[in-house]
Amino acid sequence: MTDAREVIARRVAAEIRPGTLVNLGIGLPSLVANYIPADFGVFFQAENGVIGMGARPPEGMQDPDLTDAGGGFITAVPGAAAIDSAMSFGLIRGGHIDVTVLGGLEVDERGRLANWMIPGKMVPGMGGAMDLVTGARRVIVAMTHTNKDRPKIVARTELPLTSARPVDLIVTEMAVLAPTPDGLRLLEVAPGHDAAQVRRATGAALSD
Amino acid sequence: MKQAIRATELAALVPDGATVMIGGFMGVGSPERLIDALVTCGRRGLTVIANDSAVPGVGVGKLVTAGAVVRLVASHIGLNPETQARMNAGEIAVELVPQGTLVERIRAAGVGLGGVLTPTGLGTPVEDGKPVIEVEGRRYLLETPLRADVALIAARRADYVGNLEYFLTAQNFNPVMAMAAKLVIAEPEHIVPVGVIPPDAVRTPGALVDHVLGRAT
Repeated sequence: MTDAREVIARRVAAEIRPGTLVNLGIGLPSLVANYIPADFGVFFQAENGVIGMGARPPEGMQDPDLTDAGGGFITAVPGAAAIDSAMSFGLIRGGHIDVTVLGGLEVDERGRLANWMIPGKMVPGMGGAMDLVTGARRVIVAMTHTNKDRPKIVARTELPLTSARPVDLIVTEMAVLAPTPDGLRLLEVAPGHDAAQVRRATGAALSD
Repeated sequence: MKQAIRATELAALVPDGATVMIGGFMGVGSPERLIDALVTCGRRGLTVIANDSAVPGVGVGKLVTAGAVVRLVASHIGLNPETQARMNAGEIAVELVPQGTLVERIRAAGVGLGGVLTPTGLGTPVEDGKPVIEVEGRRYLLETPLRADVALIAARRADYVGNLEYFLTAQNFNPVMAMAAKLVIAEPEHIVPVGVIPPDAVRTPGALVDHVLGRAT
């Protein structure tokens, strides 16, 4: 069976239009870049301060001053720009990022994302996630459908929200969902699954 | 003309209990030699304002490990388990601030603004206790300025008058922090004669910089 993360990354990549400015979160979302053709004219922003992030550099050629938001070594593509944090988050909050792809802990029935802390267990901090969800023109959540068989898409989340703004699309290895004013809509079922399976693995009502 | 100063002298300018801004993002663009000097002289009770606490042994992480920090204002601490452990033990008070809000609060202090209005954090725990202000039909949180006693700035190059130039993703919070503290200490990788850094490449004018850390000997 194909790896769930690869299924998700490939499906999200199909959402990315040519010539756009895209911010990918660390972890699973960063895999999306593997499925975007180099000649697509997409620039990837890393919020620590670069537009035009490229692939990993060859071994031994890493520059300690050129990294992604996870601190990993990157390259810069032709046309890249280096920016400070105020410019970087001005772009994010100001609506200049076309698409952001973020991981998620839970999404509620209104499409609101929680992805920055589990009270009493894990308090990593929100980093740039709150600004990205609030300010990017389109927000896509890329995450596995369940966590150890527990639904991650739920009617109500007990977790602190990342933003009050609903996300635009949720892509999992089982389905593609879109929040609407009337709740979550099931747009697509991934090959190898059926709608009944998706509904059983989801903790919120899904309309067709 | 600035005089190059030794790390040991600079540490003496940062007393116990000071509020210190430290540039860097996961240790990239962090003034490591100045941080080492603070650890070596055993500073205590510092309030540190920084994007993150890096990882143990790197950047702000060194100060955390040394027990120098009692309060940390940052956007992310998830990659440094020691910060989490000390927070849980009550040794460090952590204020988590969204990254874009953190940089704008620092910028506000540096450019003389009374705060910033941002939609980031509305409807989340970040909103707690803060005024919500409506402007032109949109709601914003009022976030207050963040200022410091000292800013420790990492730069690619400094010239003899203290003009600073940064490199790639090592800029991050450095140019903004260089405006928001009473005392600004820069740690450049290279010090070059005046004129080598072209005026258009100067990101932090030397007028903002109080001291330049001399070449490592």
